[in-house]
Amino acid sequence: MNYESVLSSCVQQMKPSGIRRFFDLAATMENVISLGVGEPDFSTPWSIRKEAIDVLERKKIVYTANAGMAQLRQEVANYLEKKIHVKYDSEHEIVITVGGSEAIDIAIRGVLNPGDEVLIVEPSFVCYAPIVQMAGGIPVPIPTKGENKFKLTAQELKEKITAKTKLLVLPFPNNPTGAIMTREDLEPIAEILRDTEIMILSDEIYSEMTYGKKHCSIAELPGMQERTILVNGFSKAFAMTGWRLGYLCAPAPVAKQLVKIHQYIIMSSPTISQYAAIVALKECEKEVEHMIKEYNLRRRYLVEAFNRIGMTCFSPEGAFYVFPSIQCTGMTSEDFCEKLLEEEHVAVVPGNAFGESGEGFVRVSYAYSLRHLMEAVSRITKFLEKYRK
Amino acid sequence: MNELLHLLKTNARLTNMQLADMLGKTEQEIAEEIKKLENKGVIRGYTAIINEELAKSTEVEALIELRVTPKRDCGFDEIAKTIMMYDEVESVSLMSGMYDLALTVKGESLKEVAMFVSQRLSAMDGVLATATHFVLKRYKEKGIRIEDEEYDERSMVCP
Repeated sequence: MNYESVLSSCVQQMKPSGIRRFFDLAATMENVISLGVGEPDFSTPWSIRKEAIDVLERKKIVYTANAGMAQLRQEVANYLEKKIHVKYDSEHEIVITVGGSEAIDIAIRGVLNPGDEVLIVEPSFVCYAPIVQMAGGIPVPIPTKGENKFKLTAQELKEKITAKTKLLVLPFPNNPTGAIMTREDLEPIAEILRDTEIMILSDEIYSEMTYGKKHCSIAELPGMQERTILVNGFSKAFAMTGWRLGYLCAPAPVAKQLVKIHQYIIMSSPTISQYAAIVALKECEKEVEHMIKEYNLRRRYLVEAFNRIGMTCFSPEGAFYVFPSIQCTGMTSEDFCEKLLEEEHVAVVPGNAFGESGEGFVRVSYAYSLRHLMEAVSRITKFLEKYRK
Repeated sequence: MNELLHLLKTNARLTNMQLADMLGKTEQEIAEEIKKLENKGVIRGYTAIINEELAKSTEVEALIELRVTPKRDCGFDEIAKTIMMYDEVESVSLMSGMYDLALTVKGESLKEVAMFVSQRLSAMDGVLATATHFVLKRYKEKGIRIEDEEYDERSMVCP
């Protein structure tokens, strides 16, 4: 069988995730301290787990409505109104998806025609460009800069807009940089988009994880809700990664089309998870608050520690990553990560895995206990003493 | 509770620098704040949480429930204060519910603890009844697992 001719050329050309190689290497070593994970170290709050257990005992686990359980959609609407003061009609504007990932996929597929350009703010999560390509679109990266704390500026956006621009992917709070966009940062962006036909995919999966400042969604700004597909989910905020549950909110005419894709590829999102998510939204504010408090301590600890040893690091205001520069070593991101793994058995992720503008940086996750972080810092300090120029 | 106390409760060996980093303060400020808490008596001491089995300790520990008659004017305070004078007694708490005082007592052997209860505690004025429960195994203490660390099920690297 000639598989090359059998398989889709688009899929064959897709680059595998850049961090796979590290994972394979790290898996062969003993005593590795990883700071490479993008999911919470906390367990899902007990009341959520208990609800899932009860549902298993009491209910038939059958398909739900395609768009998700009505009660869950209503709770999502309530939650968003409380958090970002944006009103969504739970019946026509909300779709419950299999994680934020599916929401991103159907949002992109739902709006693109072949040849459409999609602006992707980078560095960012690795899935956007491959999905755009599979939908026949053209990914156009917008690199952001360390000196702007990796925020998107109006100038950077303006330069990339063409007649073919269909969609802007706005991933804030950002994985991997920890950057956020405040209302003041978003206003000039909204100003540029206001009189265009460009849609926004606002990936707000880390919206609960901001420190000091409250998260602001671009949908809050005048004239923006009508062009925004808001993506969020339960994985990060409620420590529910394995439950695979997220949602998207979009104007009714958009949601009506997107739910068709969802219906054909998924049918309906996991029923047990949907029941549990209702409890998450209704009862777990305290648990979320506790987790954010813990993340904040770790964040401040890491920022200070990295700056002290010469890996300069702006103070990230969101998500659970710090993004220190490794310029003081003169190494490339990949060299740095490989050497650090080999010599000190610490795994961090090279910044360029998230777009070329991440070169010269590494992503460090603080979804780990303080004890774990302190051990890692002491190993990295030793490494830096050897390689700092 | 203030954040500094919360952190010290989870790990009293955090350095002033680590505490300063986490709380967005200077080392100097942390040192002063701790001194103040110690002087005011808010922080009463620092101790280690030990896996007694690995430390090859032969000590035995018992929880003892005590029913006592409260005294006029000073309630349970007088008898509690007398009881805590014994070195064998690790902790004394006044409880709501079926009994009045809960004690933890340590000794070299079951017999030693039993003798302490029967000869010292039971014989005290005002003690109505005792119940002794020996600790067989400790799983968690002050929020810390005594045996193995929780296993991290997450993969090493993921986006």
